[in-house]
Amino acid sequence: MKKVASIFVSALLVGALIATGCGTKTESPSATTGSSASGDVIKIGVFEPMTGANAAGGALEVEGIKLANKLYPEVLGKKVELVLVDNKSDKVEASSAASRLVEKEKVSAIIGSWGSSLSMAAGDIVKKAQVPTVAASATNPLVTQNNDFYFRVCFIDPFQGKVMANYAFSKLNAKRVAIVQEISSDYSIGLSKFFTDSFKELTGDQNAIVGVANYNTGDQDFSAQLTNLKAKNPDVIFAPGNFTESSLLIKQARQLGIKVPIIGGDTWEVPEFISVGQEAVEGAIFSTFFTSEKPITPESEKFLAEYRKANPGVEPAAVTALGYDAYIVILDAIKRANSADSIKIKEQLAVTKDFAGAAGMITLDKNGDAVKDAVIKQVKNGKFTYLDIVKAK
Amino acid sequence: MMNFNAVFMYLTGMDLGTFLQHLTNGISLGSLYALVAIGYTMVYGTLRLINFAHGDVFMMTTYFAFYGVSTFMMPWYVSFILAIILTGALGMLLEKWAYRPLRDAPKISIMISAIGASFLLENLAVVLFGGRPKAFPSVKILTDSIQLGSVSIQKLTFVIPIVTVIFLVGLLYLINHTKTGMAMRAVAKDYETAGIMGVNVNLTISQTFAIGSMLAAVGAIMWGLKFPQIAPLMGVMPGLKAFIAAVIGGIGNIKGAVIGGFILGIGEIMIVGFLPSLSGYRDAFAFIFLIVILLFKPTGITGEKIAEKV
Repeated sequence: MKKVASIFVSALLVGALIATGCGTKTESPSATTGSSASGDVIKIGVFEPMTGANAAGGALEVEGIKLANKLYPEVLGKKVELVLVDNKSDKVEASSAASRLVEKEKVSAIIGSWGSSLSMAAGDIVKKAQVPTVAASATNPLVTQNNDFYFRVCFIDPFQGKVMANYAFSKLNAKRVAIVQEISSDYSIGLSKFFTDSFKELTGDQNAIVGVANYNTGDQDFSAQLTNLKAKNPDVIFAPGNFTESSLLIKQARQLGIKVPIIGGDTWEVPEFISVGQEAVEGAIFSTFFTSEKPITPESEKFLAEYRKANPGVEPAAVTALGYDAYIVILDAIKRANSADSIKIKEQLAVTKDFAGAAGMITLDKNGDAVKDAVIKQVKNGKFTYLDIVKAK
Repeated sequence: MMNFNAVFMYLTGMDLGTFLQHLTNGISLGSLYALVAIGYTMVYGTLRLINFAHGDVFMMTTYFAFYGVSTFMMPWYVSFILAIILTGALGMLLEKWAYRPLRDAPKISIMISAIGASFLLENLAVVLFGGRPKAFPSVKILTDSIQLGSVSIQKLTFVIPIVTVIFLVGLLYLINHTKTGMAMRAVAKDYETAGIMGVNVNLTISQTFAIGSMLAAVGAIMWGLKFPQIAPLMGVMPGLKAFIAAVIGGIGNIKGAVIGGFILGIGEIMIVGFLPSLSGYRDAFAFIFLIVILLFKPTGITGEKIAEKV
């Protein structure tokens, strides 16, 4: 009996490892054969966090990528096959997931990842393997810097930091701002720095940032950091970071009696931000890429119609639109290259100009970054609502 | 009072209100660590097994409670009690399937089995519940804040230490003044001899696991109320912290675990409070503390040569 039980447990263990351990899932809804012979399919890798702290963000992007794949399942007369790997919201896992895509799956191009740190972890791998990669929403400038194979369809943090500093200064009349940053996230650190630079310039006051507090990815208790900042009496708190920690952080700030506005960046636009933060995140303001209230291009209309048909009563998040854009930008480059060869795709990606995506026109600059307007949103009555739009130039 | 505040500020660079706020934050975090650490230390005391799956059992409770409220529409108190009972059952099954077959095997085998059980639960949770975080049900009467002067305190901050103390006293009574407790102490000393003397060893160890897991469950519910976000890997850090708390207090010693929990919780908050620039390193502080304790006082601060078992 004992033996039977222990065999059962070991079987379960092995089963669980197989089920989740090395999560390479091949998503080929339209593939006619099970074979991965490169003759009749073009493989595009999808490199996103499906588990861990960023899972919800990754899921939103994948939603957009799959939607685009459904609308545009073919290019050059060949089926496009998505190969999804889970980078587990972990920098180490991210590089092995990226290696798997380029070495084992031999994909022609890659989309991803939510989270600048995760994208940067894959940077050297895709550069060495010469596989063009398009990030949907990774905003840290370093993702594409000195990397000819990394592109993105969103704006970068120097712009986002400036937008939020401007907003705090002119709309919220802030003179003193406190910052809480996620010290293990390149995104959060970068955005804090750009915000700080712009805000000091706007106020002309070198001491306009009254306090900076740090926390780590995965932390749940922020009471000590917030108590310190409360004693500094800021007008506004800027807290760029992952939605997982940010919603708890805002909740604890309100419980500690901090009443000033709390503002952040694009990573907050995830349903879990509201479901966890509930009434505490009411009024939270952040910048993002796109709003379904203001469709920009004919492609936006097409994307919105298809999204609403698939998800009645739900409005798409900005990163879903960007995931969609990353896919169609790659498809466009493959079309222009007239080949599934990675290097040819990369050459065409680099010259993408005035391409109509769901989240706006895309022109990639010499670093491979898109220049786009920012949208400011606020949580109102438990929903993300459009507040303002800030032109890129 | 004003004068005292001024002197305090001069000495610490922090005004009294802020300090008191830090202190309440620390007590509330510390009592959470303590609750989870009691279960850890109890299982160690009886079986000499570091139950690495303790943090994952803790995680499962929050999902039981979550589905009770969201899927089965139970009132929160029913769901919470049910979740605690289910967790007790889970602890017993875990012991029966993963640890009992290895009871006579070398200690290292059972420890590896514990690590395996931990991974099993984590991955099972990813498969069953998904990797995206979920919102733990909120209970307004417990999670509201009240204002005392300049200090704002969540009601939960009072509830958690009270719950911890109630369970501590209850557990000490159970162990020292009941027949079951006597059996537990006998098994802890020498389970083979205890078996010869007529103690039902399997039952006693099962009971130990049920109680230990239920204590983790109570801690998990308090944790969920305080940090209302649940995910499959949420048990890893609290599990490690509880382990550190148990070692600080002298592993195997229940009162020690509670003291260790408070020291760790208050220490973590104060290090961020007084040295804000180090706030990214608070977890590192906890682990450094663990290393220092192991180097200089491996039996923990309760200081007995051989820690009193159970």
